[in-house]
Amino acid sequence: MQTIYKDVLIIGAGLAGERAAAEAAGAGLSAVCLSIVPARRSHSAAAMGGMQAALGNSVMGEGDSTDVHFADTVKGSDWGCDQEVARLFADTAPIEMRRLCDWGVPWNRVVPGKSKYFKGGKQFDKEEKEEKRGLITARNFGGTAKWRTCYVSDGTGHSVLYTMDNRCAQLGVEVHDKSEAIALIQDGKTCYGAIARSLRTGELIAYVAKATMVATGGFGKIYKASTNAVICDGGVHGAVLDTGVVPLGNMEAVQFHPTGIVPTDILVTEGCRGDGGTLLDVNEERFMHIYEPDKAELASRDVVARWMTHHMRLGKGVPSPYGEHLWLDIRHLGADHITGKLREVYEICTSFLGVDPIHQLIPVRPTQHYSMGGVRTNKDGAAYGLKGLFSAGEAACWDMHGFNRLGGNSLAETVVAGGIVGGKIVEFLKDYECEIPTAEITRTAAKQQQRIDDMISGKNGNENVYKVREAMQNALDKGAHVFRTEEGLTECVETLQAVLKRARSIGLQTDGYGASPELSAALKIEGQVKLALCVAYGALQRRESRGSHNREDYPARNDRDWLTRTLAYWKNPDDDLPTLEYEDATPSFEMPPGDRGYGKMQIITADSKEES
Amino acid sequence: MGRQLKFKIFRFNPQNPESVPRMEVFSLDETDSMTLFIALNRIREEQDGSLQFEFCCRAGICGSCAMVINGRPGLACHTKTKDLPDEITLTPLPVFELVGDLSVDTGSWFREMYNKVESWVHTDKVFDPNAIEDPMDNAIAEEIYELDRCVECGSCVAACGTARLRDDFMGATALNRLGRFVIDPRDKRTDEQYFEVIGSDEGIFGCMGLLACEDVCPKNLPLMNQLSYLRRKMGVVALKQIFKK
Ligand SMILES: Cc1cc2nc3c(=O)[nH]c(=O)nc-3n(C[C@H](O)[C@H](O)[C@H](O)COP(=O)(O)OP(=O)(O)OC[C@H]3O[C@@H](n4cnc5c(N)ncnc54)[C@H](O)[C@@H]3O)c2cc1C
Ligand code: SF4
Ligand code: FES
Repeated sequence: MQTIYKDVLIIGAGLAGERAAAEAAGAGLSAVCLSIVPARRSHSAAAMGGMQAALGNSVMGEGDSTDVHFADTVKGSDWGCDQEVARLFADTAPIEMRRLCDWGVPWNRVVPGKSKYFKGGKQFDKEEKEEKRGLITARNFGGTAKWRTCYVSDGTGHSVLYTMDNRCAQLGVEVHDKSEAIALIQDGKTCYGAIARSLRTGELIAYVAKATMVATGGFGKIYKASTNAVICDGGVHGAVLDTGVVPLGNMEAVQFHPTGIVPTDILVTEGCRGDGGTLLDVNEERFMHIYEPDKAELASRDVVARWMTHHMRLGKGVPSPYGEHLWLDIRHLGADHITGKLREVYEICTSFLGVDPIHQLIPVRPTQHYSMGGVRTNKDGAAYGLKGLFSAGEAACWDMHGFNRLGGNSLAETVVAGGIVGGKIVEFLKDYECEIPTAEITRTAAKQQQRIDDMISGKNGNENVYKVREAMQNALDKGAHVFRTEEGLTECVETLQAVLKRARSIGLQTDGYGASPELSAALKIEGQVKLALCVAYGALQRRESRGSHNREDYPARNDRDWLTRTLAYWKNPDDDLPTLEYEDATPSFEMPPGDRGYGKMQIITADSKEES
Repeated sequence: MGRQLKFKIFRFNPQNPESVPRMEVFSLDETDSMTLFIALNRIREEQDGSLQFEFCCRAGICGSCAMVINGRPGLACHTKTKDLPDEITLTPLPVFELVGDLSVDTGSWFREMYNKVESWVHTDKVFDPNAIEDPMDNAIAEEIYELDRCVECGSCVAACGTARLRDDFMGATALNRLGRFVIDPRDKRTDEQYFEVIGSDEGIFGCMGLLACEDVCPKNLPLMNQLSYLRRKMGVVALKQIFKK
């Protein structure tokens, strides 16, 4: 087996991973990033909207500051976030945007003078200032007090990721693509790297490093319908859970976006509704105004997703070969507006659905979109439980998002956290020595090879991995979606426990040679089902509603009992449930829990009395 | 609805000593709004779990899924079966190294490309975290973005007559990439330095002007314009160098 030695191993070459790699390489350390796909195809490239930073250059951002950004972020999180981390993030974001500017990102810039903008389908005027000419400008996003989202046309993630990968190439960071990490090398105290499987040849390769970072993005693909890329499958989260000592934080905090298209679950932007688009049911009638007389379609993401699901449950969904959905209607906005300001939506509808949104309705439904939970770290990005293991980006629960992340905050988080955690890794390695754990490397590699051999020979059974995966996805889509109840979650957990048994008896249907996709899927399925159980069981235990976690049977936010973060451990590999522990949501309060100012909800305050 | 589709798919797994290159046929019933992403995944999950292909974003954004679809390179996730005849032939992109079936290694090819054109901003400015950003005209930023939109899918390379004849030809995507830095005021390279990179038959003077690249580009990049702009610019540098001698 080939063994590769580096100072720093970064699993993931998206924005978070490459930003950290640039920091390490800039300090003279040797760094390698592993990635399933070439770095530039990482899912960060798919983010179109932009990234939040309180630069305040646009006239619509006047009066903005890192304090206002901090407050928006904490409210957005429904007070579930770590406020020290949110503060660190808000303060660093402007610097990172400017750094990206030096590295080559073609940010859109302030153009002085009068221009028009839309709000709620109506036109308004604004006038940009001469003295801000040519500085980084911003657009409007949900849940923010100011226009704060820096952007590059409709391809922010793409442009920023290409710039970051250019920077990494310049610094000599190696990116080994088509390399899939399948297990961590660790002894219960220290992490020494990972075992990866080559997606060119199928060989196992050991990557040995003094510091290892998990930057593998979200794990949306444990749900059936997700806006995430197909590689956002939580493979490495499974490997982290498998250590038994590193917890995953707040796995029940999953964001659903109201307008994923059906089929293929591609996201169409919130701008459609922002500009006056409406949602229709099977009778082609509007319904949001029945539930939310004030805001109707323009209520917040979690609220709209909630009512859409409710309406479909009443039998008002539109049946289709791809399951039920509702309609998004933007026809009345007119051809000019649709092919102009909503060009990207027009292109997605025409190329993927064969639907012309100028004349036809767009099939949509609430779709899994973002994983607030992940590898729990401290504010330096060091994972709980294992020395030498770090995490950043969507993969981590650092935790600035709590129970709901704001649009534009996650892309910004990747570069802010990547930079900070990369710097902390450099510090950590300054006087850190560890022995090369030859025995652990051999043991871990042999164990993985054995799993592969058993799956090929069918020693443990002959369950079909694709069927097992579908059973897991269906269970989550059904039981741990927008609405959650004791009954639904209990059933979901029981179903997943049965699925876990099947996931332990996978046998390949094909030969498993080389980069076999069936083997790739098989190697991670047990870990994925365990993640699914962390989501469902965490949601079952959390008897309150907070942010994206809506318990119909516990509709109030309960700051008295649940101002906490869930930590899910898988202590023994043969367990069929995670072990849950809890910690305070934040070590200190810069902003005490209060009303978010949107999405009306009951609140049980911290000082209220226990009911008898 | 109701069509029975016949997929003829190139199969070969170089890692399996018994595998030989061949075409295999799969049948599927067509469903509403079916794309090649849906079709290929159904074939893998229902008929042959070993079928290799590349998808990532499945939204036409990441450039992973280019293949030759009924003779023409394009993004598979972006292709609706309803626009294709009953019989659909799929083969991997030529020029790139085959991984297996429809999957090719674009990562290595593009990494070599951006090392060759040194695809980054060349400057000796040191970042100052306390300073505000250097202003830039928004129109220039937008121009740079237009060229930055390439998703490195490889379609233009696969369709290019020159690239298929000589494997050292950089291809339209590389020239487009360099062009992105030529117009970026932050990059301090001179025309002479750019000429070093592309002023040869491997670069700008190898193009035979067949236009296939622009024709297949899923992002509709202005590749021909870009090529002739660089050719003119580099022609001037070439003349200067001849007279200097
Ligand atoms: C459609 C869509 C639109 C979005 N738009 C916005 C937006 O406008 N603004 C915003 O702020 N956020 C947005 N987001 C969220 C944001 O894009 C992501 O949270 C962010 O890009 C994640 O970056 P990352 O670096 O953490 O991970 P990613 O970019 O997902 O990178 C993960 C990396 O890990 C690698 N990897 C995964 N598994 C393995 C393995 N087993 N072995 C080796 N490597 C592995 C992958 O190959 C990849 O390189 C959007 C998300 C989606 C789905
Ligand atoms: S220029 Fe167009 S065809 Fe060529 S790699 Fe880029 S996106 Fe693909
Ligand atoms: S899968 Fe990303 S472009 Fe097709």
